[in-house]
Amino acid sequence: MSKLRDLLTQTKDVVYTAEFPVIDGGGMDQVKKNVERLAPWFAAVNATDNTAAHAHASNVSVAIAMKQHGLEPIMQIVCRDKNRLAIQADMAGANLHGIENIALLTGDDVTAGDEPETRRVFDLDGPQAINVASILNAGTYLSGRKLNPAPNFFICAVENPFAPPHDYRIERAMKKHRAGAQMLQLQIGYHPDRLEKFCAGVAATVPELALIPSVVLVKSSKPLNFMNDKVPGISVPQDVIDRVAQSSDQAEAAYQLALEQCQHALALPGVRGLHITDFRHDETLERLMHDLGRTPNQYT
Amino acid sequence: MPKLLNLLLAVEHGMKKPVWDCTMCGQCVLHSTGMTCPMTCPKTLRNGPCGGVREDGHCEVKPEMRCIWVKAYDRKVSLPLPTVWKEHYNDLRPPVDMQLKGTSSWVNLVTKRDQQTPAGWAKRQEETHSH
Repeated sequence: MSKLRDLLTQTKDVVYTAEFPVIDGGGMDQVKKNVERLAPWFAAVNATDNTAAHAHASNVSVAIAMKQHGLEPIMQIVCRDKNRLAIQADMAGANLHGIENIALLTGDDVTAGDEPETRRVFDLDGPQAINVASILNAGTYLSGRKLNPAPNFFICAVENPFAPPHDYRIERAMKKHRAGAQMLQLQIGYHPDRLEKFCAGVAATVPELALIPSVVLVKSSKPLNFMNDKVPGISVPQDVIDRVAQSSDQAEAAYQLALEQCQHALALPGVRGLHITDFRHDETLERLMHDLGRTPNQYT
Repeated sequence: MPKLLNLLLAVEHGMKKPVWDCTMCGQCVLHSTGMTCPMTCPKTLRNGPCGGVREDGHCEVKPEMRCIWVKAYDRKVSLPLPTVWKEHYNDLRPPVDMQLKGTSSWVNLVTKRDQQTPAGWAKRQEETHSH
């Protein structure tokens, strides 16, 4: 049973999601610690798939471990490292373990990672992978061969309303929805006007598509500069960086910026919740959730 | 017949390579993508741009190159292309059939080989289009 699907389709609750930290060490104890930290606040949490083109404990294994510890996973599948056979195998494996939320992403390029010499795959692209998940939901693999029992995936995807070509991003969201996506996590962005236009456009055509904008918690202007300079697809306007950089209390200025972003996004049409990236800043996360009117364990 | 096929292949490659840097995927979609070849995208994305497009509209992978989907969208909007081509811009294009690599897309168009998709894909397209 997907709690995420129930919350989005049967309630009007605000849905908060987050990113499960990558697992490179600490074993299952580390999984448990992460679950304890995130479970009180989030309806479901992303089990990432070699995020930022770095190898980590696999998407399927982390999703299973999260589920065993009582935290609902959104299992990401990225098109960069796996061909269509491997992608379908991930899906069938998720189905075997009762994982229902899956998110299909094109993925960062291999050049973003620490093994840029690797072969990039992209045998499928994001919208095709979404459609393949829909095909599995209907009880067959891509080839038409039967898969029994058929999965009951709640299909999620990602879109970046902030990157060019801006006018096309709404249509691309529609394409993902036509392929079967029911929820879109949106990438981090610092152009509220672009987010407004995107949400209004999507909500006007497919109001049932749940939009989940992302907000990142940082402690200074340094990560803002980093994202602007180094992360393709994210641009941070200079006045936003200056607002934090020129403050006498950078951590507080960065927090207020994030809080404003949350409040702004939650008021937009089609927005059903937020995706919070906190870089393990526990105190700030709790403060943010309290300021957004949340109390722990509201989803249980 | 094989001689004719080889000739067609040579003519197609000879025309498309210099203009579109054609890789002979054998399932050409140029007409629906603003006369811009999606196979020149470093990720070979056939269904629109990834989320990594830079603020200046350039490619995540090759910063010196303009994103082919930014280019495709501009051309789709501005070029006087047939309306029916433009209408297909946001179609969900099926996964590339690697068996067609190196064959003539003109021949595959005529024989409709380029419209064959795996059974699961075909069934879903039928169902979603009949709704």
